[in-house]
Amino acid sequence: MNVINLVRIAFKALQRNKLRAFLTMLGIIIGVGAVIAMVAIGQGSKKSIQDQLSSMGSNMITIRPNSNVVAGARLNAGSVQTLKIEDVKAIQKQAQYISAISPASSAKGQAINGALNWPTTIQGVSPEYLDIRAWTMKDGVAFTDADVTAAAKVCLLGQTVVNNLFTGGESPIGKIIRFNKIPFRVIGVLAQKGENAFGQDQDDIIITPYTTVQERILSTVYFQNIYVSALNEQMTDTAVAEISQILRVSHRLKPTDIDDFAVRTQRELINTFSSTSQLLTVLLTAIAGISLVIGGIGIMNIMYVSVTERTREIGLRMAIGARGIDILLQFLIEAILISITGGLIGVALGIVASRLVTIFLSWPTLISESSILLSFLVCAFTGVFFGYYPAQKASRLDPIEALRYE
Amino acid sequence: MSKKILEIQNIKREFRMGTETVRALKGVSFDVNSGEFVTIMGSSGSGKTTLLNILGCLDKPTDGKYLLDGVNIGGLERNELARLRNIKIGFVFQSYNLLPRTSALENVELPLLYNPGIPAKERRERAVHALESVKLAERLNHTPNQLSGGQQQRVAIARALVNEPVMILADEATGNLDSRTSYEIMALMQELNQQQGKTIVFVTHEADIAAFSGRTVTLKDGKVIKDCQNDNKRSAKEVLSSLPVSDDY
Repeated sequence: MNVINLVRIAFKALQRNKLRAFLTMLGIIIGVGAVIAMVAIGQGSKKSIQDQLSSMGSNMITIRPNSNVVAGARLNAGSVQTLKIEDVKAIQKQAQYISAISPASSAKGQAINGALNWPTTIQGVSPEYLDIRAWTMKDGVAFTDADVTAAAKVCLLGQTVVNNLFTGGESPIGKIIRFNKIPFRVIGVLAQKGENAFGQDQDDIIITPYTTVQERILSTVYFQNIYVSALNEQMTDTAVAEISQILRVSHRLKPTDIDDFAVRTQRELINTFSSTSQLLTVLLTAIAGISLVIGGIGIMNIMYVSVTERTREIGLRMAIGARGIDILLQFLIEAILISITGGLIGVALGIVASRLVTIFLSWPTLISESSILLSFLVCAFTGVFFGYYPAQKASRLDPIEALRYE
Repeated sequence: MSKKILEIQNIKREFRMGTETVRALKGVSFDVNSGEFVTIMGSSGSGKTTLLNILGCLDKPTDGKYLLDGVNIGGLERNELARLRNIKIGFVFQSYNLLPRTSALENVELPLLYNPGIPAKERRERAVHALESVKLAERLNHTPNQLSGGQQQRVAIARALVNEPVMILADEATGNLDSRTSYEIMALMQELNQQQGKTIVFVTHEADIAAFSGRTVTLKDGKVIKDCQNDNKRSAKEVLSSLPVSDDY
């Protein structure tokens, strides 16, 4: 049988019922549109989380003290202090896959400038910290290794601290502020970094040499964290293994002992976020998939009604020479035309909807070709799947009964 | 002109209705030659619908032999029957059975769409030609609801003609029409029969209509009770011209 003729027949049949064909399509249009828009939103948020994470320095490795077993009881992570300057030096000396290292020791307290005060955190680090965090200076200069050696009372202010302590708009550079009664000279202001992925204000911080915090504020030899930069993102895993090895030696752990430290990479965080947004995408796709199935059932429903309503037409077509397969193909092609046309309109609608979401709600969206292709294929399949049964029913009608059908 | 289009030998058709067997045809035999205009008469229950279905290759006899243009129907399967209907038979129904919201031209083209050997251009030409031969050349793009009953039936006749079938099979084709329009349709049938030599088998229960044909086969209770040539065949054209011109038409 000439398929072109059948397509023509099916097309004309749809033309005779434009409104009904459109209403049938609507289910598919909304289904496909929803798939594309929702996947775009899911992908967009995934991408924005990844971007945010890489602005934190995606090759950053964080070392923390791990839980330890004390008299048989396992303690909380961070409940023990195990990281010391010897560890930092050992890593600095032996590790080959790292580009920068900085210990970190922080304390909370009240920062005071004249009559203004602000509760904030002071973070004691080495000068390399700014490289590790990919943090730039807005004003002034960073402290040096000499300041670290001297435990100098100099500091860099985050933008939030500046905003709260220097409300008059004057430059803080060279001013003296006090943190927990200790006077610090402000030598620089950090560029604004904004909130991190957890919603913490990263600019609410005062940065100072780690020796200053250790000796003048906390009176400790331990660090809360050590931050390391791997040479690049791909070498992060190698660097982690290397660091672990060095620390085990440095901490004199026996082979049977568990690590008393934890080495975490940003990639793990990225993966965590990825899997979260992956879940989001799956969830949205599932919802969209359901609407696509409902659209398909809509097609099936209408095709069924159509077969019953057009029984005489089917009888006539059979009487003038249509074979069962011709009738089957005609109804199948009608269903496919509906679903493909609906699919195309749905793709357009999905793209427009994603754009509108970005414009009006400022949500990041990312339209992926694969979601367009997939939803389009799914809806073509829907057409075949849900169109086949009614079409088969039509093709099996007895022409005599169909012609006399009232 | 003596070529046999239909050869029917002792056709029987039985239906099983639950436990009972209904014998609709109890051995029907007759032949139809090329160029004949035959009416099949009979009241309801006489088996004429069953016979029509078999003649139209929509149904197969339980027993007996039916040759359409030399082809034995008994041994064919569904798709082959469909093909035969497409190329050998032109159906005209009581209720026209035109596709709604579809132009006359497209309605007439329909049988050709199921005949893959015919290109689009020829299909259109043949459809136009068929509509011209039923005097509807002015109404090519009218849809059925823009046409009167008689015009719709003429579209249906054009559709039956377009495939150049060996036989036109009409099922109560005047049943839904008033007398005048019926005569017009019969005049058209007579014209097709006499001028173009079309073989026409016309099923009806009206003796009035049967009088326009050359031969009448009468069925009763599944058997042929009368098969005779019409000696005083009427001309539908003359009847038409003798009708008073009514202004309500």
